[in-house]
Amino acid sequence: MQNVELQPKLENEKLQPDFELGPVKIRRSKLRSLKPADVIFVVINTLILSMAVAITLYPILNTLAVSFNDGLDSLRGGIHLLPRKISFKNYETVFGMNNLMKGAINSVARTLFAAVVHLIVTALLAYVLSIKDFVFRKPVSLFFVLTMYVNAGLIPTFLLMRELRLTNTFWIYVIPGMVAAFNLLVLRTYMGSLPDSLRESAQIDGANHMMIFWRIYVPICKPVFATIALFIAVYHWSSWFDNMIYNPRNTDLTTLQYELKKLMSSVSNQTTSSSSYGNSTQSVAITPVSVRAAATMVTSMPIVILYPFLQRYFITGLTIGGVKE
Amino acid sequence: MTDNGKDINTAEENLSAEELAAKKQEAALKRREAAYASTSSKAAKSLLDQPRPTSREERKRLKAEQRSEPKVELNKKTLLRQKELIIITIPFVLYGFIFYYLPLGGWLMAFQKYKPQNGLLGSKWVGLDVFKYLFGEETFRLAFRNTLVMGIINLVLSFVFAIGFALLLNEVRLRKPKRFVQTVSYLPHFLSWIIVVGIVRDMLSMDHGIVNEILVNIGIFKEPMNFFSKPNLFWWIVGFSNVWKETGWNSIIYLAAITAINPEMYEAAALDGAGRFGKMWHVTLPGIRSTIFILLLINIGNVLNWGFEVQYLLSNGLVKRVSETIDIWVLYWGIGQGDFSLGTAAGIFKSLVAIILIFIANSVAKATGDERLF
Repeated sequence: MQNVELQPKLENEKLQPDFELGPVKIRRSKLRSLKPADVIFVVINTLILSMAVAITLYPILNTLAVSFNDGLDSLRGGIHLLPRKISFKNYETVFGMNNLMKGAINSVARTLFAAVVHLIVTALLAYVLSIKDFVFRKPVSLFFVLTMYVNAGLIPTFLLMRELRLTNTFWIYVIPGMVAAFNLLVLRTYMGSLPDSLRESAQIDGANHMMIFWRIYVPICKPVFATIALFIAVYHWSSWFDNMIYNPRNTDLTTLQYELKKLMSSVSNQTTSSSSYGNSTQSVAITPVSVRAAATMVTSMPIVILYPFLQRYFITGLTIGGVKE
Repeated sequence: MTDNGKDINTAEENLSAEELAAKKQEAALKRREAAYASTSSKAAKSLLDQPRPTSREERKRLKAEQRSEPKVELNKKTLLRQKELIIITIPFVLYGFIFYYLPLGGWLMAFQKYKPQNGLLGSKWVGLDVFKYLFGEETFRLAFRNTLVMGIINLVLSFVFAIGFALLLNEVRLRKPKRFVQTVSYLPHFLSWIIVVGIVRDMLSMDHGIVNEILVNIGIFKEPMNFFSKPNLFWWIVGFSNVWKETGWNSIIYLAAITAINPEMYEAAALDGAGRFGKMWHVTLPGIRSTIFILLLINIGNVLNWGFEVQYLLSNGLVKRVSETIDIWVLYWGIGQGDFSLGTAAGIFKSLVAIILIFIANSVAKATGDERLF
């Protein structure tokens, strides 16, 4: 009975908006529910989500606007979404900061290194552990899964790194944490869901496991690799703690985030005495606040530009990981 | 949510009820056959021959059997056959041992008066003295309280917001706006805490911060407030910073769970006269219940791990009593002051509490008959 009523309306679906909120797509089961209460629900829902978007985007757009605004002019306040007095001085200053640029090089280096090496290494272990008749599959899996729950803590780890002579080297950024249990589980689950015959037929043809991994599994696993590489890259791009703990004074090994942190703490000290600050910077057309905004933009842009393209992948990866954990 | 998820969802909706039922039956049959094939014991087979099991226990047992893997005997022949796999695994185990398990040996320091020049074996043993000192220290007790309270606030807020956001987003029927909101919501996850804390500072700033501007303009405040000097606000600033950063990201898993809800349920609810809100409340939310429970269980063990980056970066002298967490305390006393024994003891205490929390959560879950971790 219902369906008969709906038929004519469904055909016009694209032409006629249903109510003032715009063309709401109707499916068979949904149409019945357009009661006044539902209209209110949709309106409130739209309002809440619009507000969520505004709250998420405003701070970022505001920082962007400040970063392109003249430093002294920004101190007057009132800059919201658009710069008032456009200036590129802030970015010039940021790109002229020696340490920040060194940090950028180190950050890019550790991020790329980790995203490639950690991924391949973890994937290789995941491949081995995805083979169901491997004798040590269970104990080795448990060995790594337990690391999610058992953590020695900061001090023993710190002392170990010192014993291993990793402090004050670039390697402290990329050697620890090479096999993350969560990533391992996601990869193992994905590889485990591939048919065994894939591997077995290659074995019959005489391929060894390294060959199977490289020639067969790596190409097939590209989507999940993209996810894991993104997870690793985000982690390494955002890290600063290892820098602060292990290489605090070596500026050749500084990272972008750590430099940004130093910049921030110098600013936060100054804002408390901002009244006296205005006078002292009359001669320079830049202020810490606007330089920091520019540095924030430089630091966040690489990943912010990248992630929407990888969205499809990381959603899949998270779903696999979450279900199996 | 994803393109895939959505397509599956619509595809399922297009199937009629009978087709769905038939499909399900087929799948169940397949599962049983698989279980049958992989069982060797006679008793288990006779159990499987009974009609489709309905009780929770039976379903669980079936699942376990279906999962059961081919048994490989540990003997010379297998070892030889799998020598390549074993050779690949050895470096990993060595690496894991050195970087994950070897530091555990450092726990011995907590029972010593550890001096780096004497080493782990040459230092003087003091029993539980370090722990006694630790619990006598007021700043540590405060740090423990702060860590626990902020962890719980974060846990509750992040769950409520992520679930709420997923439910509301799921109600958006227009594809493009939905995608837009989703993409925007993931953005803050990709910003580091350094940046997020900078942003939070800017937004709450006394001079021209948007929050103060709005609150003064609509007359709630007479003059801008210094949010960071108020100890009673600090926990909430931390909690909502985390909500801002992670709500979108955390909602991914719920949105995925929602796509798995049987569309028939919505049709049944509609027949009962449920509106959009009613369906969301009575179908969608119960539909992701088990996902919520599992994630809650996983995260309870992590409650104490939420006490570092934000607090460390946001804190200042005025709010130290409420902002200092165990990790910050360890950093200060262990690395800063070089008291390795004390720092290690605090770390051990944190690990123990985390394990106790996991066990409590798990047994509560067991008692209420819901999902559990182990």
